[in-house]
Amino acid sequence: MFYIYCPYCQEHREEEEFHAAGQAHIARPADPDNCTDEEWGDYLYFRKNPRGLHHEMWVHAAGCRKFFNMTRDTQSYEIKEVYKMGEQPQIVSEQDSIARGTA
Amino acid sequence: MNKYSGFGLLKHGLSYHENWQRAWRNPKPKAKYDVVIVGGGGHGLATAYYLAKVHGVTNIAVVEKGYLGGGNTARNTTIVRSNYLWDESAHLYEHAMKLWEGLSQDLNYNVMFSQRGVLNLGHTLQDMRDIQRRVNANRLNGIDGEVLDTQQVQEIVPIMDCSANTRYPVLGASWQPRAGVARHDAVAWGYARAADALGVDLIQQCEVDDIITEDGAAVAVHTKQHGLIKADRIGCVVAGNSSVLAKMAGFSLPLESHPLQALVSEPIKPILDTVVMSNHVHGYVSQSDKGDLVIGAGIDGYNGYGQRGSYSTIEHTVQAIIELFPIFSRVRMNRQWGGIVDTCPDACPIISDTPVENLFFNCGWGTGGFKATPGSGHVFAATLAKGEAHELAKPFSMFRFNDGSLIDEHGAAGVAH
Ligand SMILES: Cc1cc2nc3c(=O)[nH]c(=O)nc-3n(C[C@H](O)[C@H](O)[C@H](O)COP(=O)(O)OP(=O)(O)OC[C@H]3O[C@@H](n4cnc5c(N)ncnc54)[C@H](O)[C@@H]3O)c2cc1C
Ligand SMILES: [Zn+2]
Repeated sequence: MFYIYCPYCQEHREEEEFHAAGQAHIARPADPDNCTDEEWGDYLYFRKNPRGLHHEMWVHAAGCRKFFNMTRDTQSYEIKEVYKMGEQPQIVSEQDSIARGTA
Repeated sequence: MNKYSGFGLLKHGLSYHENWQRAWRNPKPKAKYDVVIVGGGGHGLATAYYLAKVHGVTNIAVVEKGYLGGGNTARNTTIVRSNYLWDESAHLYEHAMKLWEGLSQDLNYNVMFSQRGVLNLGHTLQDMRDIQRRVNANRLNGIDGEVLDTQQVQEIVPIMDCSANTRYPVLGASWQPRAGVARHDAVAWGYARAADALGVDLIQQCEVDDIITEDGAAVAVHTKQHGLIKADRIGCVVAGNSSVLAKMAGFSLPLESHPLQALVSEPIKPILDTVVMSNHVHGYVSQSDKGDLVIGAGIDGYNGYGQRGSYSTIEHTVQAIIELFPIFSRVRMNRQWGGIVDTCPDACPIISDTPVENLFFNCGWGTGGFKATPGSGHVFAATLAKGEAHELAKPFSMFRFNDGSLIDEHGAAGVAH
């Protein structure tokens, strides 16, 4: 059972008020009409699904109904941080920070 | 290998059952195999068995990080059925069903396959229309199925509340008489014993932590306990951990790993002799031969590898069960657990080659792959033996998510089972 801090309501609430909404920070291709099938399929379906640190979206469905981001360990289930849409995570895995550096 | 038989049981009884042969060896891995299968669940073990039996490939290792069948194989609620909507999946699951029907004899191991029938309940007009459509599609594919009305459902399950008085009244059901349940551990053990007898090395306590590639082709797995094991071909059958293995080889999969929970009650006298499932209120229940009620929950919405889920999910499931079976309201639950299921966007599996040569994946079975164990192993063995997909496996390539040929089975796979 998670006890989740909503960055908009600024309160801890029980998990049942929230829904997980999948991997965060997936950028929609800027020019969808000119994507290859591979790029479009990757965007729609292929996911990181890491065992360990993960950045994901949640929605406070039975509260303020806003989406926000969470960094969570998918093995220990520990919530590391929550942050608003449009913000970047403070806590990143080694691999992510390398990828970010080269991007 | 000693053949199991009634006579053997009697004979071993005379020596107080102290002289039974071990069911399989516990070998050290060789330096190189023709095929290395990663994952010793039902699907991986079945793959090894059919590779050896049907294709004569016996220089095989199955590499398992824990113990055989300790993953989802031993955590599932054992429902076996083949009433899927689309031709591609119906053919695949029916292929498995036919193998189930002779499996105990084939393996010389009692997998306790019990064709007690499965009911998929409908609670709304739309449910009933979908059921009609699915049953018609099944029958066109030669798969048994009937549409039942409320009265007929009540006759099969007298203890279920089929009155009009409930919040979600039972309007009818689809009924597959050949469907049922099997003993999950026995499936893993039966395949393991039969594969071992054909010379397959079953290597437990051996975790793959890297997949070694050369020039875009997989050449070996690296293991924590035994270092490098080389292979001509590698098949990954690791269910919830598939994305982790794919990452080792440098690509990603269209999968997300979620906890899926189940629970069993204290044993009670026989009261339910079939399997009842409901997409709409989301619950399913059967009774094991031991007498416990076996109840399956839904997946937790978040990704997780922790083999445990949230209590609220269990609470919702139990609510659905009590709605259908008020008589169970005072039964006590004994145990509860979770497995990690690899869900695919179209609720269909991936049996596929990959961007890496000589590396194949069999995954994405999500919440409902136990029923497919024999068929999955059978077609994946052919795929690994020939290096190209078996006819029945072809539609299940991972590349369907790039070319758009998805097989939407969310209706037939709506409730997690
Ligand atoms: C609660 C629950 C209920 C279910 N109910 C049903 C049902 O009623 N009917 C149905 O058809 N299906 C059901 N399923 C789904 C079904 O259990 C699975 O689809 C099926 O068992 C998958 O089999 P498998 O052999 O692929 O996976 P598993 O049995 O999980 O085997 C994978 C193996 O790979 C090993 N492994 C993982 N990573 C590594 C590594 N790095 N190195 C070495 N080994 C590794 C694991 O230890 C594991 O033993 C249910 C699942 C759950 C969790
Ligand atoms: Zn909020």
